[in-house]
Amino acid sequence: MSNSRDKIMAAVKQNQPPASQLPDLAPLISGAPASLEAFRKVAEGMGSHLLEVTDEAEIPALLQEHYPDMEQVITTDPLLHARAATFDWLTGDGRQLQQADLAIVRAQLGVAENGALWLTEKELQVRVLPFIAQHLAVVLDINTIVPTMHHAYEKIGGPQTGFGVFIAGPSKTADIEQSLVLGAHGAKSLTIIIKK
Amino acid sequence: MNTAIKDHAELAEAFNANEPRVNWHDETLWWVRQKRDKMAWSLPEWETLRETASLIKHNVLGNLHAYLEEFERNAQQNGAIVHWAADAEEHNRIVLELLQQQGVKRMVKSKSMLTEECHLNHYLADHGIEVIDTDLGERIVQLAKEPPSHIVLPCIHKKKEEIGDLFHIHLGTPAGNADPQLLTAAARLHLRSEFIQSRVAITGVNFAVAETGEMVVCTNEGNADMGAHLADVHIACMGIEKLIPQRKHLGVFLRLLARSATGQPITTYSSHFRTPKPGQQLHIVLVDNGRSRQLGREDFRNSLKCIRCGACMNTCPVYRRSGGHSYHNAIAGPIGAILAPNLDMKQYADLPFASTLCGSCSNVCPVKIDIHQQLYKWRQVLVQDGQTKAAKTAGMKIMTTVLSRPGLYKFAGKMARWVMRVAPGMVNNRFNPWYKQRELPPPPAESFETWYKKNR
Ligand code: SF4
Repeated sequence: MSNSRDKIMAAVKQNQPPASQLPDLAPLISGAPASLEAFRKVAEGMGSHLLEVTDEAEIPALLQEHYPDMEQVITTDPLLHARAATFDWLTGDGRQLQQADLAIVRAQLGVAENGALWLTEKELQVRVLPFIAQHLAVVLDINTIVPTMHHAYEKIGGPQTGFGVFIAGPSKTADIEQSLVLGAHGAKSLTIIIKK
Repeated sequence: MNTAIKDHAELAEAFNANEPRVNWHDETLWWVRQKRDKMAWSLPEWETLRETASLIKHNVLGNLHAYLEEFERNAQQNGAIVHWAADAEEHNRIVLELLQQQGVKRMVKSKSMLTEECHLNHYLADHGIEVIDTDLGERIVQLAKEPPSHIVLPCIHKKKEEIGDLFHIHLGTPAGNADPQLLTAAARLHLRSEFIQSRVAITGVNFAVAETGEMVVCTNEGNADMGAHLADVHIACMGIEKLIPQRKHLGVFLRLLARSATGQPITTYSSHFRTPKPGQQLHIVLVDNGRSRQLGREDFRNSLKCIRCGACMNTCPVYRRSGGHSYHNAIAGPIGAILAPNLDMKQYADLPFASTLCGSCSNVCPVKIDIHQQLYKWRQVLVQDGQTKAAKTAGMKIMTTVLSRPGLYKFAGKMARWVMRVAPGMVNNRFNPWYKQRELPPPPAESFETWYKKNR
């Protein structure tokens, strides 16, 4: 096996063209808006639902109203839901979450150009949580919205955890004759709660 | 499907037997292309983005050796186990060994064109292991025992009624029901049980970052994540050209990929896998399979910049009307036609000719690959190498003779106009393969030269 490694590396070294400079990304970092309005427009276009609060204390009641029939609710912060599950959902290989109806988590930042939210293992605690739950609610601080992906990576910096993901809307597919269907394998709905 | 002996023209002819269906295929893909245009036009910096992406990839090609070393070192530091495969066969063997170590007979796989290129599913099936493709489109073609016909839209050639029939047989959905909502819900239930049971998950890789040793996988469905996060062993398979230098470069590529592919501003999920989750094994298989050779072909190395968005297929007038299977290669369309001859010149000698050289592919490509120019260059290489059919070579020789002698050209034009007028059957008959699925306009009364002399 190491044999193949050496063979491949030797061939690459021999065949690669002369090295060239990396381009400057600065011209791409434009003054695109980081406004809530810009974010909302694209996020809703991607199938997300937006709610706004001025005080986090409003969130449990709002979620109860928006998702009235959820049996198992998993939240990384117990203050976000009145009936959050109390069993030890942090322990296991992820399968302990297969009955999860609603997951509530916090995002690090949102991206106005595409409605994406950045979440890492730190916020999620269990990697599979936002995918396996039937529905997903994400709390986003309005001050963390950035204009573009360039700004997002600038703010995120190097990796702090083993896993991170941009999530833009509910899971979807258009594989059957290009008709859009929400809820392929991941969450069937995504509600973004903007904390103003 | 026995495609070994049929070339693109013959396979396209079969696809063209059903004209309404060809029109439907054509229009569906054109609609995807239009969605891409809308996205591109909404970003004033679009062309700068494309240029930047192309330059980053150019830098990668020129420093690939160093980036591979850097990536390997960082991935190992992150706790991943890195494997190297010189060709498809070695890739398949490595994956099989990992599966045998785990003792699994069934496992899930998310979209990976590389594993299609290596024919991994067949290989594993021959060794008693069943692969469940979890991308809905891939699952559909898998149930139909067909290869994907498009790298982003694997079952774009299938009508929903056919999918309804397949699901009725395999998943027990009601007979005659072709509602996409219902069929997707059935697939969700079926594949959830596969995710829950599977101890090993294979994923592809969209981008691998040398600086951090992480891999980014993009899906709309969430199937890569469902598989990889639930499995004890995650195997990520990637071609060596998937590297990018730094994390910040992901910003450029993630802005381009989904906009070019389906006209979305980004895919639903862009997952950054760096370390295995606690208790999990993460294996990365780095595959060459001809890539280092293509890197050495000056005229063709730019094809390694490809980010597999599919835009060149959606826009291609030939692909849209001949279907993905007519390319008899894992990767269809214009990009497939420049990658395939590198794998096997003889078997894929027909593909660079399956193009009008209109250049639309190069115009939409997010990493600015000179696709149509490479198609043209492959034709020359293939003819010189004696890989083209005798009739085509003879025809081209006659054309060369005619085109290089102005007197002969004028005479030939005159003759052709006369023949087409008095005996059109001599041109548009079944012995002229070019005439199939085509109609000729009436011949002009005079040559352009004569017209120009009179009217200038
Ligand atoms: S060649 Fe360009 S347009 Fe075609 S799939 Fe690759 S990146 Fe996309």
